[in-house]
Amino acid sequence: MGYEKFNKLKSTSVPLPIENIDTDQIIPARFLKATERIGFGDNLFRDWRYNPDNSPKKEFVLNNDTYNGKILVGGKNFGSGSSREHAAWAIYDYGFRCVISSFFADIFRGNCLNIGVLPVQVSPEFLDKIFNSVFENPKTELIVNLKNQKVSIPSLGVSESFNINKYKKENMLNGYDDIDYLMNIKDSIIEFAKNTPL
Amino acid sequence: MSNTLFDKVWDSHVVSKINNGPDVLFIDRHMVHEVTSPVAFLGLKNRNIKVLFPEKTFATADHNTPTINQHLPVKDPLSANQLKALEKNANLHDISYWGLGHEKNGIVHVVGPEYGITQPGATIVCGDSHTSTHGAFGAIAFGIGTSEVEMVLSTQCIMQPKPKKMRITVDGKLSKGVTSKDVALFIISKLSTSGATGYFVEYAGEVFTEMSIEGRMTVCNLSIEMGARGGMIAPDKKTFDYIKNREFTPKGKEWDKAMVYWSNLNTDENAVFDKELIFDGNSIQPMITYGTNPGMGISISKEIPKAENQDAGINTYKKSLDYMNYSEGESMIGKKIDFVFLGSCTNGRIEDFREFAKIVKGRKKASNVTAWLVPGSHKVEKAIKNEGILKILKQAGFKLREPGCSACLAMNDDKVPAGKYAVSTSNRNFEGRQGPGSRTLLASPLVVAAAAITGEITDPRNYIK
Repeated sequence: MGYEKFNKLKSTSVPLPIENIDTDQIIPARFLKATERIGFGDNLFRDWRYNPDNSPKKEFVLNNDTYNGKILVGGKNFGSGSSREHAAWAIYDYGFRCVISSFFADIFRGNCLNIGVLPVQVSPEFLDKIFNSVFENPKTELIVNLKNQKVSIPSLGVSESFNINKYKKENMLNGYDDIDYLMNIKDSIIEFAKNTPL
Repeated sequence: MSNTLFDKVWDSHVVSKINNGPDVLFIDRHMVHEVTSPVAFLGLKNRNIKVLFPEKTFATADHNTPTINQHLPVKDPLSANQLKALEKNANLHDISYWGLGHEKNGIVHVVGPEYGITQPGATIVCGDSHTSTHGAFGAIAFGIGTSEVEMVLSTQCIMQPKPKKMRITVDGKLSKGVTSKDVALFIISKLSTSGATGYFVEYAGEVFTEMSIEGRMTVCNLSIEMGARGGMIAPDKKTFDYIKNREFTPKGKEWDKAMVYWSNLNTDENAVFDKELIFDGNSIQPMITYGTNPGMGISISKEIPKAENQDAGINTYKKSLDYMNYSEGESMIGKKIDFVFLGSCTNGRIEDFREFAKIVKGRKKASNVTAWLVPGSHKVEKAIKNEGILKILKQAGFKLREPGCSACLAMNDDKVPAGKYAVSTSNRNFEGRQGPGSRTLLASPLVVAAAAITGEITDPRNYIK
């Protein structure tokens, strides 16, 4: 499935300064029953966002108009737990294009890259700077520039580089996906399969 | 050149390498269930392509399935629809499908090894993070996302950078009442839920060589809970004895040929790991979790740690204890519980039911406890009956349910109500994991059995001779 190309994103952000946010919180299992990729954003952080009677929990950040934007900023070890790509879909479907944290769980990071959500890993110090400036002024804009691999807080005049491998970077910049790549080398895969031991 | 077990299996499956990018990794076995596959099959439809190697993919229904009255139509229309979609997709693409009611049906990570789909030296993936279970046989096995499920269906490959390597050695002897689950929860409590992120783990040392294959599966299953992509254990005689003569393992000359490959599957003496950790198996006690991630575990007789001693931020830690309605410094022993769950891909195998039965034999379930005992597969269910375990369970006041993932993630009706405590042999104690508002304590089948008969957290060693 193709996705929107990612180049440079300038946006305010939604802060979620909690560590170890797992994919069960991002989207609880009972909302994984669809057979198509639609509507997952409605259930993003479902149980943190809504009471059992479906009324919004006022204290949760997604229900607070003060904070909005296309960037979600989370605490350390974001996306741990289940491999459900639905977590990345829910984040994308809600309208986020980028998640910033000081540490990501592996499978979640890979899922994000495969669907066009950019995971940006920054130092714990830089993450604190983002949280502090956003809490001080919710209108604080961040700039995430994939081409030069930099994330900056223009109001503070600070920035930091982030890592992404060259292949995935090209994919995100161009909206390419891995299946197109693999389909192009299908013949060599079939050849390889002939000599596998199992 | 000296190589690790992981290097040997990974490197022999690399179709091609991309400079400053991932490896194209060939996948030997692909397991599919109803939840993470429909969108992948839809992708194939949109691209108008077929599954490249249907004989390398195996489908079973487990996450959504009811655990009572499986002979009746599934009530929940969304679950029923997802199960129907898997059946339709499997038929369309000529994939083996072990659906609800099929004699081979069960949890994907339980049936894979039971029928010999899981083999040493194989690369195995599934859209489920607990695919790491299959590492117990010396396979490289890990969970993938739905985009990757689509990649495997269409090209039998995924694209991932090679992870770093970690070896966790546990020497010594496990003491009475200490199980493979305790070993895993102990390691996770030391590493935290992110301590092995970026790594693939090899487990080594006396504790694992002495461990049963079922126990090794429990340990490898939980590798993901410390952030690792997967965990594996070098195959040995126990492994080969276990897999021999199973339906999908090679026979005759094919077996001999496979053995040539398999017998080389171990880490060379001088091989180097990116990280090495060593623990003393003698010191491990029965474990229990008290918080909302699997890293928040302690010896059952210890007190809940103080917030200031935690790596995680104090606010995150306190939020977690608030959710559990526990306080720092409290003892876990004697805490009231409402539910027990024996089952899941972590502890839903025959050995786990034998352990549970050992403690409840001749005793009675506490009247205030609701117990869900869910075998991992029909094969496990049959063994429970054949070995006389069912009789023991019944006499103690327990009922046996039908196979599935059940209350591990509560996608079906097996939901723990809000505010209630469940002692569970499953793998995750995240907020709401076993039902919205539910509170989960992870533990071994022995700890779960002791809690089931007393209605509170109890040291299982009190009940073992």
